[in-house]
Amino acid sequence: MGERVPATRTVTASPATTRRRRRSFVSTYLTPKRGIPRRTIAILGVLGFVVILTVWTIVAILTYNKDVPAEVQLVPRPDVVVVAWVDMVLHLGFLADVGWSTFRIVAGFALAALIAVPLGLLMGSFEIVRAFFQPPINAIRYMPASAFIPLLILLQGLGETEKLTVIWIGVFFQLVLMVMDIAHRVPTEMLNVAYTLGASRWTVFRKVFLPATFPEVVDSLRITMGWAWTYLIVAELVAAQAGIGNFILIAERYFRADRIIAAIITIGILGLITDFLFATYHRWAFPYVEKVQG
Amino acid sequence: MSEIRLVDVAMRFTTGKRQVQALERISLTVPDGQFACIVGPSGCGKSTLLMVAAGLTEPSEGEVLVDGRAATDPGADRGMVFQSYSLYPWLSVRRNIEFGLEIKRLPRTQRQQRSSELIHLMKLDGFAEAYPKALSGGMKQRAAIARALANDPQVLLMDEPFGALDAQTRQIMQELLTDLWQRYRKTVLFVTHDIEEAIFLGDVIYVMTNRPGRIRTTLRVDLPRPRTFEMVSSPQFAELRNQVIGIIHEESLKAVESELARA
Repeated sequence: MGERVPATRTVTASPATTRRRRRSFVSTYLTPKRGIPRRTIAILGVLGFVVILTVWTIVAILTYNKDVPAEVQLVPRPDVVVVAWVDMVLHLGFLADVGWSTFRIVAGFALAALIAVPLGLLMGSFEIVRAFFQPPINAIRYMPASAFIPLLILLQGLGETEKLTVIWIGVFFQLVLMVMDIAHRVPTEMLNVAYTLGASRWTVFRKVFLPATFPEVVDSLRITMGWAWTYLIVAELVAAQAGIGNFILIAERYFRADRIIAAIITIGILGLITDFLFATYHRWAFPYVEKVQG
Repeated sequence: MSEIRLVDVAMRFTTGKRQVQALERISLTVPDGQFACIVGPSGCGKSTLLMVAAGLTEPSEGEVLVDGRAATDPGADRGMVFQSYSLYPWLSVRRNIEFGLEIKRLPRTQRQQRSSELIHLMKLDGFAEAYPKALSGGMKQRAAIARALANDPQVLLMDEPFGALDAQTRQIMQELLTDLWQRYRKTVLFVTHDIEEAIFLGDVIYVMTNRPGRIRTTLRVDLPRPRTFEMVSSPQFAELRNQVIGIIHEESLKAVESELARA
């Protein structure tokens, strides 16, 4: 797809008047909801990062304290952070921490999804299941997962079970309600058509209801996966022997803002990677979904 | 022989404390191979009536008979086409059309033969392997009709199938449907609010009253078959149209009045 032509512009056929009218800056870029050239979008996207890095560098230079080394500055320069990251990976076993955190995320998230998705689907399709589960789940949803941490430490100690439970609580109650909504939104007519084609209840469930929910369920997994990171880091900050959160806590004790920032950026990148994986899977598994712009 | 018969079908809903009589003792018979249309003001319960005929909604009273046998549950004997197409987006056009045949466990070659035939008949050539998202509204509805026909139902129930289409597409679809009917001679019960559509397609028109829905008048459409587009401008067509418009107008006025009285 090339440059988008606004629908309002009509092309005149006569060769004498084919000279393209120059559009003003305002009409090209500041008409609400009108598309702008592809290249401009790309440039602006890069520019966003450049601005952040520039502001960061300026603040680092302004707050520079010449009495302490570069890596213990309260606001370290971006290049110092990059050096810190390499050092963390090579000498501080940071990748092991990343590994621990990733394991906890994947395990905790999988345990939550494994129960939340089937239960959500059942709640969305059977009123009898919804009536029983929805009120308590709705209530618990508003209890922050992080508030459970002290209680979980009392009950489960400081081991992995406690970390997984925090993630489980944080993900499960949100996910189950999201999946329930998805199931509830499946158009009744889609199911009715199947009945009039001779399908049994079980066939309708298996061949119509389930496939109708899949794409959106994967979307909801993608969204809740992002939240799982937040709960994990909180759990690790409170008490852990390893993990990115634990690494950040130790870095703080040594006034190493560079390492903290490097660790935070690592989490961001890990988040982007999982998001990318989900998006790729979605495109591959559900090529039939109509793309909604956004 | 495939006739569908509705016997004293009544429908009541309770909304809050109020009981609403949606349908009041409706009886009608669509004999084998007849194309019957139901027209009426919006909210008269004509879609509900079709849901009852399909077995998708249980009537408060009365019963539905297909070839004299009571039909309480939905089944492959009564195929249904909805206004919203309701194609399965995750299946190709071909797999959508074969959906009912797959349920019947028809062998693959027979399935494909049947779907290929219908794809051609419905002018969907070249779109067999496309997903519904690639189809226009008219094509989607042609695929949905093909899906219903593939199953070879005894009765075809259609709930405002062309209601969501633009005027030009609707006309083409009406011509296509009348050709199809000419070919397959299915027993059809067709619900619409479009009077001209009902006259163009139907052998019989049941005009329904406002809530509680009853059949106010039964009109025979004696236009010759096969129907062609030119008939729409014939004096006979105009006369039928005026007759139906008069009845429906009267009913719509009653609806407004009863709403005012309630307010």
